[in-house]
Amino acid sequence: SPFPFPPQVLLSKNYEKALEEIDENLIYWPRFIRHKCKQRFTKITQYLIRIRKLTLKRQRKLVPLRRKIERRENRREEKALIAAQLDNAIEKELLERLKQDTYGDIYNFPIHAFDKALQQQDAESESESDAEKEDDEEDTDKREFVEADDSDLSDFEDMDKLETSSEEEEEVEKKASHSKSKGKTPLKGPARRKRPYIEIEYEEETEPIAKTKAA
Amino acid sequence: GGGGPVDSAAEDGRPPAPERVLFPPTFSVSEIKNKQRRHFMFLRWKQQQRKEKLAAKKKRRKEREALGDKAPPKAIPKTIENQRVYDETTVDPNDEEVAFDEATDEFAPYFNRQTVPKILITTSDRPRGRTVRFCEQLSTVIPNSHVYYRRGLALKRIIPQCIARDFTDLIVINEDRKIPNGLVLSHLPDGPTAHFRMSSVRLRKEIKRKGKEPTEHVPEVILNNFTTRLGHSVGRMFASLFPHDPQFIGRQVATFHNQRDYIFFRFHRYIFKSEKKVGIQELGPRFTLKLRSLQKGTFDSKFGEYEWIHKRREMDTSRRKFHL
Repeated sequence: SPFPFPPQVLLSKNYEKALEEIDENLIYWPRFIRHKCKQRFTKITQYLIRIRKLTLKRQRKLVPLRRKIERRENRREEKALIAAQLDNAIEKELLERLKQDTYGDIYNFPIHAFDKALQQQDAESESESDAEKEDDEEDTDKREFVEADDSDLSDFEDMDKLETSSEEEEEVEKKASHSKSKGKTPLKGPARRKRPYIEIEYEEETEPIAKTKAA
Repeated sequence: GGGGPVDSAAEDGRPPAPERVLFPPTFSVSEIKNKQRRHFMFLRWKQQQRKEKLAAKKKRRKEREALGDKAPPKAIPKTIENQRVYDETTVDPNDEEVAFDEATDEFAPYFNRQTVPKILITTSDRPRGRTVRFCEQLSTVIPNSHVYYRRGLALKRIIPQCIARDFTDLIVINEDRKIPNGLVLSHLPDGPTAHFRMSSVRLRKEIKRKGKEPTEHVPEVILNNFTTRLGHSVGRMFASLFPHDPQFIGRQVATFHNQRDYIFFRFHRYIFKSEKKVGIQELGPRFTLKLRSLQKGTFDSKFGEYEWIHKRREMDTSRRKFHL
């Protein structure tokens, strides 16, 4: 860089006048150098214009990732996931909601209560429970048909197959599916709902009712 | 041959009759220079430790059985949740002040069933594959939600338009290199804005299950472990995304589970096999969120009033301190 520097000349704000001033100040310089000077000036003015336009639009803010912190957070997330035991927590919550009767009459599992009642007073409670169970089953059957309108056809087919199958098949299926998986019920979801209602003692009584309703 | 009474220098790492070898008392396994022998000695020491531990356990169990009912109760193992630093802002369920606050904050109209949630889901500029699909799946999970593409619009101008069209919530999914990594959730009529860092997003096809897609029924909502005041407000924000009356026919449940400041979102279909047993089947996307900041008004990066920001230097100092 040359020292002492040649005196600085402030070009005018007008683009064309500034080009002329470049020409005047570099009057005895070769043509090529004057041209390159003007090119440089043009480029500078253009990028200044672009900067001014961009600052008016939305600026994207780049936030750098910090590797150590990312790694630490991922590790903690994994450990938190293991500690959370989500499936168990969800199941517990659902069972609690069932106990607290938030679902109302949709599910009827008073099996515990009925077993206790049966143990205490045999004959009377049995007849009562029969009648109640039939009523409830009618209700649930009706609701299942409402559901069928909304849910997929394949589920409905499963339900149909179950209803028409014999007792033995049902028991076999029950055992098979119990042996398969621990908590999840991938297939035969709505189909399995029938099992708790149809106890082995009562199956013969209630099945014909279910069949007629299906038909 | 079979070892004499004492091996004097004791540097023979593998004496054939180990019980007869005595080492000088200040000798430790780590001083052996030969790696193989050192390793061998260390393994032996480890096995011995394990045997001793097992023997001690058995003894303790026998003692406990011998005592029968008079035995002292079992010791509870320490976990991070047990050792958690007590947070002063933990909500007591009977606290009147909190109840009053909640009755008068921005979610009161929702909880009084005056407003029906209507949600707008959008992304940052130019979303790529995964983000787009994730947005679609999210909109099937959340009822009454609409996905709109961003196309370079400024949030500050979108928000008044949303309010005009009666939206209650706005979700912006931020994307980086084709994967979603951030979530901004703002309650629209002048409600709080929460900014989360989203991680481990799994789309529906990546989840191992054999279920079908979520139906149009309104799912139930489970909010677990939101204990502090901050956690409560965030929990209510999530609850206000879903309509207040779940349809139990659908048997779907959306879970927001908070564990050590990470909020896990899952979407399941449940089925009650019996009174004591329920089966769940996962469908729908899953992701985890970590709260980064909570603003009082709607989204405003410059002039917003922050209720809570995650400051790393101050808040990440203790491993047992959590804020949600």
